[in-house]
Amino acid sequence: MARYVARRLLQMIPVFIGSTLLIFLMVNVMGDPIAGLCGERACDLATAAQLKREFGLDKPLWQQYATYMGNVFTGDFGTAFNGQKVTELMGSAFPVTIRLTIVAILFEIVIGVTLGVVTGLRRGRPVDTGVLLGTLVVISVPTFVTGLLLQLLLGIKWQWISPSVRYGGFDELIVPGLVLASVSLAYVTRLTRTSIAENKRSDYVRTAVAKGLPRHRVVVRHLLRNSLIPVVTFIGADIGALMGGAIVTERIFNIRGVGFQLYQGILRQNTQTVVGFVTVLVLVFLVANLLVDLLYAVLDPRIRYA
Amino acid sequence: MPEQPHEPEGAIAGTGMGATMDLGASEAATLERTPAGPRGTGPAGKPRSLWSDAWRDLRRNPVFLLSALVIVFLVLISLWPSAIASGSPLQCDLARAQDGAGPGAPFGYDGQGCNVYTRTVYGARASVTVGVLATLGVAVTGSVLGALAGYFGGVWDSVLSRITDIFFAIPVLLGGLVLLSVVTSNTVWPVIGFMVLLGWPQVSRIARGSVITVKQNDYVQAARALGASDSRILLRHIAPNAVAPVIVVSTIALGTYIALEATLSYLGVGLKPPSVSWGIDISAASPYVRNAPHALLWPSGALAVTVLAFIMLGDAVRDALDPKLR
Repeated sequence: MARYVARRLLQMIPVFIGSTLLIFLMVNVMGDPIAGLCGERACDLATAAQLKREFGLDKPLWQQYATYMGNVFTGDFGTAFNGQKVTELMGSAFPVTIRLTIVAILFEIVIGVTLGVVTGLRRGRPVDTGVLLGTLVVISVPTFVTGLLLQLLLGIKWQWISPSVRYGGFDELIVPGLVLASVSLAYVTRLTRTSIAENKRSDYVRTAVAKGLPRHRVVVRHLLRNSLIPVVTFIGADIGALMGGAIVTERIFNIRGVGFQLYQGILRQNTQTVVGFVTVLVLVFLVANLLVDLLYAVLDPRIRYA
Repeated sequence: MPEQPHEPEGAIAGTGMGATMDLGASEAATLERTPAGPRGTGPAGKPRSLWSDAWRDLRRNPVFLLSALVIVFLVLISLWPSAIASGSPLQCDLARAQDGAGPGAPFGYDGQGCNVYTRTVYGARASVTVGVLATLGVAVTGSVLGALAGYFGGVWDSVLSRITDIFFAIPVLLGGLVLLSVVTSNTVWPVIGFMVLLGWPQVSRIARGSVITVKQNDYVQAARALGASDSRILLRHIAPNAVAPVIVVSTIALGTYIALEATLSYLGVGLKPPSVSWGIDISAASPYVRNAPHALLWPSGALAVTVLAFIMLGDAVRDALDPKLR
């Protein structure tokens, strides 16, 4: 087990370096970070040169990357060009997005898995066909359309919720969380359904039934536990995607989270903010995937990590 | 490390493209394990290939027929939008801003006084172009790289696998915002280029797995024993038997690329005005949504129906190509 974790952690290093380097290159090579600093007009040459020296932008790119990563590992994510510490921005943005992601994941687990179990056990029946069609429709409507429509209906027409989020507590994030989760929710339903329908015919389920166990115990303890593995994989990989994909949802509902800060950072070419946030998001993605792999052994007793 | 059942490769493919891109990836993974099922026999006793079998299934599938009909219609109106919409999508009259339906404008007018019907019809072109070209680009790049890695293995294979890992770790919308925010050219090409750049790892992973399964078959060994060259084995023997999962994933991905283009345009980095795209229209309509919801609803509806048609088509193709479901 410990050896497996160590090996996986080692494997994460090249992926981490590669993806942060890639985003670093994308941000640095393609835009001039100084251009956004002098307002609408261009900076005069002397100011530009001084600013570049100040932020270390006159050094070669690999050196900038090395310095940056060195600082990151001491907890210093640098300063945004407006003088605010990136860590401060993170401190205000991440809690909101984490809450939003938790709401979304809860929706995926509760609604997605329940629908998946119900349809998987009744494959080919009207319920199954109906839910399957429903998932296709949900997958087809892009998140920003779902978000705008729900905002229009619930927030403006019926006034059940406030159309924009003010302080970002759990109660305000229910509808945005549902919007963020919608597409993944449909995938979770489909995955659970396929998995349940496949495992329904397996030997251990037949044994459990033959032992005379009550139906709900067979379904929950024997069938569901083993069928959840692909679902857990999906949800684990989805945590990173949800946090990064919250840009759209946060924009629609005016939530001041990670997506909002990233969007602002990108539009203003604020390299420090963008690279810092993406670095953290990549880390979240990698760690979530590792945790998921370790969860397999808990779910399926046949899997052992040597 | 004798047992290691869940390498990253075994995990769900396509997370890098956000959750939106991997419908069917897992199903395709089951498909690639059994690439060509036992051949069915037709009524005349003639053996049928996987493809003619699939085509027979598809022709009888109402879902396929319906989605194919919608797609043919979409392709036609994106080629000749003026056939069903009069006037230009850029001809707007501020005096009519936010007006409801009227003569010549069954969907009403948007916040700039543009005819929503005309703009919705003309918007199909951007979506269909981006969807089709991005899918072709991703499918070709991904399957060539994946097939080479799967066939030759070795260093190139592990390098490619690590590169795909790196691409999967970058959230797709973020990559799009960063790369496209500095592009000034207002054509579909940067959007397509970006999708190919971030989309190929998904297909290459599927193609690699598929080729690895197929290359262990006896007929590949036989061809090799007869002295066939690598390129001949790959093209004549492996490719036809390994291409099914790639087709399935690509068809479904087409719908998601259309949704992605609209999302990028909505965020202001995809196509920009004066281009006509549903994403732009939805974005422009959202501030006026209280007074003119029709300007938001029609392009949204068109977008949803288009994506739905492509995803249902992909679903039907998967059902037809997956021998496990027969």
